[in-house]
Amino acid sequence: MMQYKTVSEIHDAFDRGETTPSALTQKFLDRLKKSDHNAFLTAIDDRALGQAKAADEVIRTNGGKVPRAKMPLLGVPMGIKDALCIDGVRTTCGSKMLENYIPPYTATAVARLEAAGVISVGKLNMDEFAMGSSNENSAFGPVLHPTHRDRVPGGSSGGSSTAVAADLCFAALGSDTGGSIRLPASFCGVVGFKPTYGRVSRFGLVAFASSLDQIGPLTHSVEDAALIAEVMGGFDPKDSTSNPASIQGLAAEAKKQIEVKGLRIGIPKQYFIDGIQAEVREAIESTLAELTRRGAKLVPIDLPHTKYAVSTYYVVAVSEASSNLSRMDGIRFGVRPKEAMEADSPTEFYKRVRKNFGPEVKRRIILGTFALSSGYFDAYYTKACQVRRLIRQDFENAFQQVDLIATPVSATTAFKAGDKAKDPLQMYLTDIFTIPASLAGLPGISVPCGQDQAGLPIGMQILGPRMEDVRVLQAANLIERIHGGKA
Amino acid sequence: MSTEYEVIIGLEVHVQLATESKVFSSARARLAAGHSVADEAVNQNTNEVCSAQPGSLPVLNERAIEFAVKAGLATGCRINERSVFSRKHYFYPDLPKGYQISQYDLPICEHGFLNIELGDTQKRIGITRIHMEEDAGKLVHLSGFSLVNLNRAGVPLIEVVSEPDMRSSAEAGAYLRKLYAIVTALGVCDGNLQEGNFRCDANVSIRPKGQEKFGTRTETKNVNSFRFVEKAIEFEIARQKEVLESGGRVIQETRLYDSVKDQTFSMRSKEEAQDYRYFPDPDLPPLVLDPSYIENIRKSLPELPDQKRDRYVASFGLSKYDAEVLTGSSALSAYFEEALSFNNKNAKALANLITGELARLLNDSEKEISSVLLRPKHVADLARCLQEQIISMSAAKQILSVIFASGGEVEALIESLGLRQVSDLSALDPVIDEVIAKNPKQVEEFRSGKDKLLGFFVGQVMKATGGKANPGLLQEQVLKKLKG
Repeated sequence: MMQYKTVSEIHDAFDRGETTPSALTQKFLDRLKKSDHNAFLTAIDDRALGQAKAADEVIRTNGGKVPRAKMPLLGVPMGIKDALCIDGVRTTCGSKMLENYIPPYTATAVARLEAAGVISVGKLNMDEFAMGSSNENSAFGPVLHPTHRDRVPGGSSGGSSTAVAADLCFAALGSDTGGSIRLPASFCGVVGFKPTYGRVSRFGLVAFASSLDQIGPLTHSVEDAALIAEVMGGFDPKDSTSNPASIQGLAAEAKKQIEVKGLRIGIPKQYFIDGIQAEVREAIESTLAELTRRGAKLVPIDLPHTKYAVSTYYVVAVSEASSNLSRMDGIRFGVRPKEAMEADSPTEFYKRVRKNFGPEVKRRIILGTFALSSGYFDAYYTKACQVRRLIRQDFENAFQQVDLIATPVSATTAFKAGDKAKDPLQMYLTDIFTIPASLAGLPGISVPCGQDQAGLPIGMQILGPRMEDVRVLQAANLIERIHGGKA
Repeated sequence: MSTEYEVIIGLEVHVQLATESKVFSSARARLAAGHSVADEAVNQNTNEVCSAQPGSLPVLNERAIEFAVKAGLATGCRINERSVFSRKHYFYPDLPKGYQISQYDLPICEHGFLNIELGDTQKRIGITRIHMEEDAGKLVHLSGFSLVNLNRAGVPLIEVVSEPDMRSSAEAGAYLRKLYAIVTALGVCDGNLQEGNFRCDANVSIRPKGQEKFGTRTETKNVNSFRFVEKAIEFEIARQKEVLESGGRVIQETRLYDSVKDQTFSMRSKEEAQDYRYFPDPDLPPLVLDPSYIENIRKSLPELPDQKRDRYVASFGLSKYDAEVLTGSSALSAYFEEALSFNNKNAKALANLITGELARLLNDSEKEISSVLLRPKHVADLARCLQEQIISMSAAKQILSVIFASGGEVEALIESLGLRQVSDLSALDPVIDEVIAKNPKQVEEFRSGKDKLLGFFVGQVMKATGGKANPGLLQEQVLKKLKG
C-alpha cells in the first residue's frame, strides 16, 4: 500500500524532500504498467513525466516547499477516466468506435486540475460510453476488482475505482450518470463523490446522457474528494448547464466538523428493502447507530416515486445517449471499416459503421431512438420527464424534514464477473439506489463503512439537497472517522 | 373546359445572421469585409464545437439572440420570453453531430406579418414563426469521393416561415424582397445572395377555385435569387396544373430548381418522411428573455424599409415605385442617401438614375452595389449636370455606364466623349433654319395642322447636332420657328 493517504501527506513528503513529483509519478507509472487489472487503457508517460519535472521545478523555486495555496494539487498523480478528453492523448471512451480518437482539446475539469499541479498518468478503462455497472462492457476487456479477481469493480468508472484502490494512481476522475462513480467506489472500498449536477463543467466529457452526467473524484479520503471537486469545479462559460455559483472554499468547509447533535438523517423506507445483503444492511445500520449515539436523529422518510426511478432513468438516459452518439457515424468519428468503404449508399455505409458499437450500447441506442420517435415520444420521453420531476419533488419534500439522506449504495457487495452480464434488467437494477439522486441532480457520495465476510467493501451513500455539497462531504468525513479513517 | 386554379404559396426563408462568431461557439462565422467564401481555407473557421468533437458543448451566441429578436420585432412578431432549442436528427455527411440544433415547438418569435406592395394594392402576408438554428457544413464532390468543409457548420441562421398567404409568384417575389429589405436594413444579415445569405424554400400547391381544402404541396428547396424563386414557382404551378389536368395527382415531395433548364425536378419524396426525433437539447437550458431586454431592442430598431419609403415619398417627392426600389436593400438606400449628401436639390433625378440605369446594370452584371466603380458622387454629379441641362438624359445614361464599367469622372467624360449639350441658340438656329429649308413639304403639312411632325423636325436637328442639342430648348425653338 502507498504510504500517503492524502494530498496533504504527499505535500508534507515533498516539503521534507522525502520524495519528488517526478519520483512519485515514476512510481505510479511503473505500478500501473505492471498491474494486470486492466484498469488503464493508456499510460501517458512522456506528458506525465514532463508535468512532474515542471512540478519539481515549482517546488525547487519555491524554496523546496509546495506552494499549496497556488497549486493545491501539485505533483499529485491522477488517473483520468477515458471519457474525458486530453489534447493529444487517445480518448476511447471504452469503445471500438473511438479506438483511435485523439482529441484536439482538453476537458475543463482536467485542464483545471493540471493547472493546479495534477499529473495525469493515464486514461482509465470504463464501460463503453459509460454504459454499464460492472465494467464488463468495455471494448478493451473488463477491469478486475482490486482485491477479489473474480469480482467486478463496479461501473462504469471501474477503471477509476480499481486504480485508486490498487494504488495504480493516487486519485482518479470518474463520471456518474446513474451511479457510475458511487457504485464502483463502494465495490472497491474508496470514496466516490458525485457533486451536484452542474458544479463541474462537462466540457470535454464525452457525453452519455447530458442532463445526468457529472464528473467527480474517486479518492482515498473525503478531504481529497472535496479538494479535487473544488479545484475542477465552479462555473465554466463553455458549459451552458454549468452552475454559476462559486465553489471556492468547498474543501475548507468540508473539513469542518459537522454539528452531529440534532442532525436529521432521512432513512427512506424504499431503500431498505428485502433483498439487501445482510452484511450490507448491518454495516449501514451499525454506522447509523453510531451516528445516533453521537446525537444525530434518524427520520423515516417516504420517497414514493422511487419505484419508477430505474424505468424513468432508462428512458431519459437512453434517449439522450441515442442522440449524443449520432456523431459516431463514420464520417468524422467512429471507425470506418473496409466493408463500410465498399458500401454503395450512405445508408449502407452507416449500417456497417454502426455495427461496431458493443451490444449494450446498441441496445440503448435502439431503446432511445424508439423513445424519441414520433408517435412514441409523448408516451415515453415526455412521460419520463414528468416522472423525473416527481422524483425530484420527492427529494425536495424530504429535505423539508431532514438535512441529509443515508442509504446503501448498492444492495450487495461486488458481484461475480459474469453473474449479471447476460441479464440486462438485473444489471440495471444494480443502480437502483444511485439512480434517483442522479435524476434529481443531487450531490451524493459513497464512503466505505465496512466489509462483508468475504472481505468485500461496503459503501454508504449520503445524499444532500442540491448545492449542499459541503454538507454531504462533512457527513462523509464523519463516517470516515467513525470507521477509523481513510480508505 | 379547363378548370381555374388558385395558387397557394408559403415560403421558408433561411436568413444567415451577420454575427462575428458562430451560433454555438466562438469560431468565426462571418467573412471579413470584401472576402468571399472562396477566399477561406477549408475548415479554417472551425473549433472543437463546430467539428462536433466528442465532449464539446454548445454555448448560445448572445448576438445571434439579439439579431433574431430584431428580425421578429421588425416583422410584427410576438417575442417568446421562453423558447427552447431542440435537436433535429438525421444522418448526412455535412452534419457533424448527427443532429442540427434548431427550435421546434417553442421558437423565439411567432405570429408576425409584413406588408407587400403590388402596383397600388397592399397585401398583408402572415409570418407563422421565426426560429433560430445552425447551418450545416458543405460537401465538395470529387470524382469517386466527397470532402466535407465545416467552415459553414454552426453559422447562425433564422428560418422565417410564412403563412400560406401568397397567391402568385409576383406576391412571393414581393414578399422575399420586402423581407430582404427588412433584414438588411436591420443589419442582421449581410444580404449577399451569391454566398447564400438569404435562401428560400417555396411550398407551392394549387386547388380548383372555390375548393376549401389545400391541394398537395411540393417544396422547392434552396433557391437563392428572387427571380429564380419566381420562375421556380411559375414552373411548379404550370407543372402541377398539367399533372392535375391529365388526371394525375401531385406527389408531396421535395424538389430542386435548375436555373439553367428553368425547371424543377424531384429530389426526394416526403411520403417516406424522415422522423427527426426532435427533443429539447439537454446541453442548452431554455432561452429566457427579460421583457425589458426585448423592449430595449425594440427601442433601438433603425428606420425600417416601409417607414423609409414613406419618408422618401413625403420628403423628396419620389414616386412610390422609386421609393420602394430604393428601400429594397439597405445598401441601395445608403447609396441613395450618400448621393443625396452631395446633391440634395435633385432627389428625383438621383432616384431615377439609381432605380433605372444603375439597377439595370447591377442586375445584368450581378455585382454588389458596394463594390462598383460608380460611386454616389458620380450619380450626384450626373443629376446636377442633367438639372443644369449640360447633358441630355441619354448622355447621362451613357456616362453612367462608362463609369460603371471602367471608372472615370463625370465632367471629364462629358468633354472627352463630346456630350456637352448645345444650349446656345446662336449655334442651334442655323441648323434649325437649314432643316426647315430642306423640308418644305413637311413644313406645309405641319402648318396645315399635322402637329405630330414637330417630332420629325426635332429629330432631324438632333441628328444634325450629333445628339448634343438640348432637347427642351430645341423643341421650343423649332416650334417657334415653324409657327414663325
